[in-house]
Amino acid sequence: MTDTNVKDPARSKEQITTDPSKPAQRMGAGSMTLTLTPWLIGAVLLAILPFVFTSNSALTIMNQMWITVIFALAYNMLLGQGGMLSFGHAVYAGVGGFACMHIMNASDFFASFPLPVLPIFGGLFGMGLALIVGSFSTRSAGTVFAMISLGVGELIAASSVIVVAFFGGEEGISGDRTYAMPFFGNEFLQQIDVYYLISFWVIVSAALMYLWSRTPVGRMANAVRDNPERAEFLGYSARWVRFYSFVASGFFAGIAGGLFAINYEILTEENLNTASSGIILLVTFLGGVGFFFGPIIGAIVFTLVQTVLSLETDLWAFYAGTLFVATVMFFPGGLAGLMMMHVPAFKLGKAGYLVRPYIRTLIPAAIGTLGLCALVEMTFHVRHAATGDTQMTLFWIPFDSHAILPWVIAAAIALIGLGIARATTPALRDAWNEANTAGDRS
Amino acid sequence: MELILVNLIDGLVTGLLLFMLSAGLTLIFSMMGVLNFAHASFYMLGAYFAYQISIALGFWMGLLIAPLIVGIMGAGVERYGLRRVHQYGHVPELIFTFGLALLIEELVQFIWGKNQMPYSVPDVLNFTAFAIAGNSIPAYKIFMIFISIAIFIGLLYILTRTRVGMIIQAALSYPRTVEALGHNVPLIFMGVFGVGTALAGVAGVIAGPVLGTFPGMAFVLGSIVFVTIVIGGLGSLWGALVASLLIGWITTFAKSYNIAMSDILNGIGIPSPADLDTSAFRDLWTVTSPQIADILPYILMVMILIFRPQGLFGKRQS
Repeated sequence: MTDTNVKDPARSKEQITTDPSKPAQRMGAGSMTLTLTPWLIGAVLLAILPFVFTSNSALTIMNQMWITVIFALAYNMLLGQGGMLSFGHAVYAGVGGFACMHIMNASDFFASFPLPVLPIFGGLFGMGLALIVGSFSTRSAGTVFAMISLGVGELIAASSVIVVAFFGGEEGISGDRTYAMPFFGNEFLQQIDVYYLISFWVIVSAALMYLWSRTPVGRMANAVRDNPERAEFLGYSARWVRFYSFVASGFFAGIAGGLFAINYEILTEENLNTASSGIILLVTFLGGVGFFFGPIIGAIVFTLVQTVLSLETDLWAFYAGTLFVATVMFFPGGLAGLMMMHVPAFKLGKAGYLVRPYIRTLIPAAIGTLGLCALVEMTFHVRHAATGDTQMTLFWIPFDSHAILPWVIAAAIALIGLGIARATTPALRDAWNEANTAGDRS
Repeated sequence: MELILVNLIDGLVTGLLLFMLSAGLTLIFSMMGVLNFAHASFYMLGAYFAYQISIALGFWMGLLIAPLIVGIMGAGVERYGLRRVHQYGHVPELIFTFGLALLIEELVQFIWGKNQMPYSVPDVLNFTAFAIAGNSIPAYKIFMIFISIAIFIGLLYILTRTRVGMIIQAALSYPRTVEALGHNVPLIFMGVFGVGTALAGVAGVIAGPVLGTFPGMAFVLGSIVFVTIVIGGLGSLWGALVASLLIGWITTFAKSYNIAMSDILNGIGIPSPADLDTSAFRDLWTVTSPQIADILPYILMVMILIFRPQGLFGKRQS
């Protein structure tokens, strides 16, 4: 779909994943019309979700999800809107969270304001760190910026075991959110109270980040991402534009960290390390960096996949990694990009053309993939289960993993499923072209 | 004095090992302009393959075959992965190699599990080469030094003295011109990528028995390798060599000499605070050099980036 880029390698050098000449792939916030509707729907959904999913575990998952949403959106201010790839962004969220934790433990000061204000302090600390690091790291984008972010991230993560006074060493630091000044009589004892606090902050920070992307600075960030030289000729300093984006991103990452501190009441080295930074990159890219709402989708899908899959299999990280590499290779626009690809078909009123080919290709493909997963799981079981343990359960069917029959069945399912998908792909491609062509071809 | 000599040798081993990784990484970077995040993962694969081969055929066959397999895999990654992602730009390439690093780590855990593999030094080399004032130097360390230096000299010879090396060098700077002269530049790129990853594989084979063969080994060394080539200057082979040795020696010396921060601060005339246990800076005062040895490279990198952004040997960026 981005074949046009191949012909002009010079132009595609600095830009991420999408072709700006195609409206459906345009990066940045421009693709979402400035109406209140999506925001109102979002707010209403946030408000009623706890009534739909009432269990405590659902609340825990949703809290985790919304915090990831803020963090991923903040990350996308850099990656999607500014073209800066950071391998150490967890540090800003982490430092914001640690700062909030220290404020929680400073009882007199903490008792002087209500809890919902606390994330602002997290944001300020994240921003402060971003001010310092950004002063030398935003000199250039691309590879050099990525390397600096990695080095600084590692540096701070590694010093967390040394600087015990601030980071609490190996065991981290913990606090108690209920010591804050009561907020209209609420002391945030219950998970549901925290849920609404986080929801409030999700809406506020998402709206602020969206509005930021509409300001001249936010628009210039897009310009600098696509063509820094031209932006310089227009009189803007590419470096300062990057710096502003970086600082703003640090602020919102810090807010996410503060919410993390409120929700979990403990922060450790794990909140700072490269693995966390890698996960947020994965989340953002999976959701799609080309659209403002991409990271939101990514955070929701990833948190669900993480919680659901990790209950089912030990190999969830392997599947997530495979999915990620496949996304980078085949769908660089991410989930949001995939969704927005269908907009032209809907506009032409031809989306219906796609339904049946999709069913014919995607369902066999899904079944074939499940067959592949079954093979992977069985291999894993044979290699790593305790000796003598040959019983395993897959898709609610118990069987003997050392017998030949299950292997044959799984391989057959995989082959047949993927075979059908492969055979029906040309039909899907035809339907796709048909659905995206105006008028009748007949 | 004797201790200094021992540390010099230890640092040299670490430095040369780092250099084997950073040399390949630098070559790949100056060629394609992309940092191969998964480079250290190929190093890990080298160790695991060599372990698997050494069970059946012994250590030496492992040293011979494992880098070959790693090199072929690397070439395959370039041909079928990177070349595809290349059209999207540099940042997606970087993200791709990052994802690959994650995937390889998961793959290794999938095949070999999470525990350390019993991959050990071969019996032939398992003796003390010589001793310096009671500190014995194992023969394997000497072997590692010789292998690394031999590879470095071989690399230098091929790059500067042979026709293939000339074409590679030309392709690094002017790929289009070289292509116009009738050389298959994508093939050259694939070859260099393969050789670079094979070098990482060799490093893995010889480092596996000493540093341990476990799923985290790529991560432990990986970020240090990036730091190395940033310090040395992106794309500079000599810079990579100097930075590798520098980091090898700095970390080794910091680990073996227990220098306390309080001594340094007292030495330059700042007295220790009376309330050391409650002071906010207590960690600064109690820190010792072995504690911070592992983060010294990062501090060095930040310093270099602030004062000399192009790295020690890097060319000034336009």
